[in-house]
Amino acid sequence: MSLTEPQIEAVHSGEHAPAVAGRGPWRLAFDRLRRDRAAVVSAVVVALVVVLAACAPLLAAITGHGPAERFPTTGLTPEGIPVGPSAEFWLGADGLGRDLLVRLAYGARISLLVGVLATLLATVFGVTVGMLAGFFGGAVDAVLARVLDVVLSFPYLLVAIVLAAVYGASIPLMIFVIAFFSFAAMARIVRGQTFAIREREYVEAARSLGAGPFRTMFVDVLPNLIAPVTVLASLLIPTSIVFEATLSFLGLGVDPRTPSWGAILADSVDFYRVSPGLLLFPAALLLITTLAFNMLGDGIRDALDPRGDRIGTR
Amino acid sequence: MFARFLIRRVVFAAVVLWLVTTTVFILFYVGSAETVARRIAGPRAPQAVVEQIKANLGLTDPLFTQYRRFLGGLFHGDLGTSFILNTPVGTLLWQSLPATLWLVAGASVLWLVAGIAGGVVSATHARTWIDKGTTLFVLTGVSLPTFVLGLLMIFIALSVLAPLGFAFLKPGAFVSPFADPVEFLRVMIMPWFCLALVQTAVYTRLTRGSMLDVLGEDYIRTARAKGVPERAVVYRHGLRAALTPVITQFGVDIGTLLGGVVVTESVFGLQGLGQLMIRSVRDGDLPVIIGAAILASIFIVVSNLVVDVAYSFLDPRVRLA
Repeated sequence: MSLTEPQIEAVHSGEHAPAVAGRGPWRLAFDRLRRDRAAVVSAVVVALVVVLAACAPLLAAITGHGPAERFPTTGLTPEGIPVGPSAEFWLGADGLGRDLLVRLAYGARISLLVGVLATLLATVFGVTVGMLAGFFGGAVDAVLARVLDVVLSFPYLLVAIVLAAVYGASIPLMIFVIAFFSFAAMARIVRGQTFAIREREYVEAARSLGAGPFRTMFVDVLPNLIAPVTVLASLLIPTSIVFEATLSFLGLGVDPRTPSWGAILADSVDFYRVSPGLLLFPAALLLITTLAFNMLGDGIRDALDPRGDRIGTR
Repeated sequence: MFARFLIRRVVFAAVVLWLVTTTVFILFYVGSAETVARRIAGPRAPQAVVEQIKANLGLTDPLFTQYRRFLGGLFHGDLGTSFILNTPVGTLLWQSLPATLWLVAGASVLWLVAGIAGGVVSATHARTWIDKGTTLFVLTGVSLPTFVLGLLMIFIALSVLAPLGFAFLKPGAFVSPFADPVEFLRVMIMPWFCLALVQTAVYTRLTRGSMLDVLGEDYIRTARAKGVPERAVVYRHGLRAALTPVITQFGVDIGTLLGGVVVTESVFGLQGLGQLMIRSVRDGDLPVIIGAAILASIFIVVSNLVVDVAYSFLDPRVRLA
């Protein structure tokens, strides 16, 4: 196939060539993410969980059941067995005659709150420590790297259990504990990346133009850390949700009266043989939520890093 | 060079141990003397009894005296006596160890075999439906909290399998294989699979990534060009090099898990170190908590040390720093 004269003309002059719009790297990554079917489905699921959490008071108003309210006459059979799903209790009632659906919706708020806040806190600390260690190197790095080593060698589940037992289980403590034991892994990876970025020509150029260390760090290094940090943070959210649920299941997470998914599952232990929904609904909800976050995180990683060099998550 | 490296690592391990014990000591002795004494005395006991109990347990002494006594005992291998059970802490730890050891030993065989096999198959069939299926399994595995998996397993065993006449599996207290091998299996099979499934997911992902990296190396192409059969390329040349990060991870995991498989033991009611820890935290049994914390950190620190040393042998590129 050969080109006609006008076409060649057009190519040379650029007149009739289709317009090529410049797309930034974030735009490209977003377009790649949008084409990833698994990631899109996951994003929709995450959005639905957020809607569930946001609508918790609405569900309570519609059903007329508060999250801590007990309905011993309608929620339990005369023998004291929790009722199954019905028009009155959409997902059934729990062992104390409370509405399972309303409690799960309120539990979604706790899971999302703990997951997102712990991840934010861990990211801010992790990036700060990792960037300082990697950028300055030398004595600063030696000290910070040792501190990270120590944090990573702590039996974290044990320390979390001890803290919860001494100071009483609460949401702020939970967020702090998760953030404290997650920031080190983040910091270690940021440190490694900063080491590599520090040697790049554009950093040298900035320095030779007279930029100070903090300007270099925020203007030249930080923007290049956004991709790996976004990936790590998106995978840290489900980890934090699981951690919170696990501690609450052991009775050491949030206050046991709070309707958290872990606590709801712990309450189900005595009843799921007569009322399997008490176990199966919260278990499915927890699994779907963490799976969606993990798949979305995987999708974001693929979108930001099309060459496929993967960043370790542990 | 190697001696210096070793000394450095051992000193670091000792520092970590000291930090862990001191942190746990401070957290507990500062925070909860009153709570503990009150719990032992009972909710209706007069305050005088509570004060007497505190004095008997040595909780009214100045903090530094308590700390010195605690460290002194530690150096003599004496972890103290349980406040609640009146048994030496060492004995309690020793009694709980077999359940945890058997649990970790059985599960680790399962997850190593399944994880490495899954990773190799996934990597050699990259981008096929086998690989996609494996990836979905991995994502589900890492998303499924261990306690949810355990609860579902018990539910299936008791509410689905048992009514169908298959009542072999049951949750229950640990039984030594030397005392009753059949009962041992009945109790242990579910916890083994529960613990192993999540780990299998992690190991599959790790092996797959490592295997893909190695199979892209030049020497693999050289081996193929020489006409080495594909099977030998994958297993003898590829897998051997790909296993280094897997072994590192294995060392770290074993150390962490031996310190107490808290969740799995709690769900299935096995009386191991994790159960002991949870029980003593609930009872405010300070000496047992500290003893368990020390044992857990010893496992972690020692296994990290072994991994570091092994790594420098396995991978000559690692500089001993």
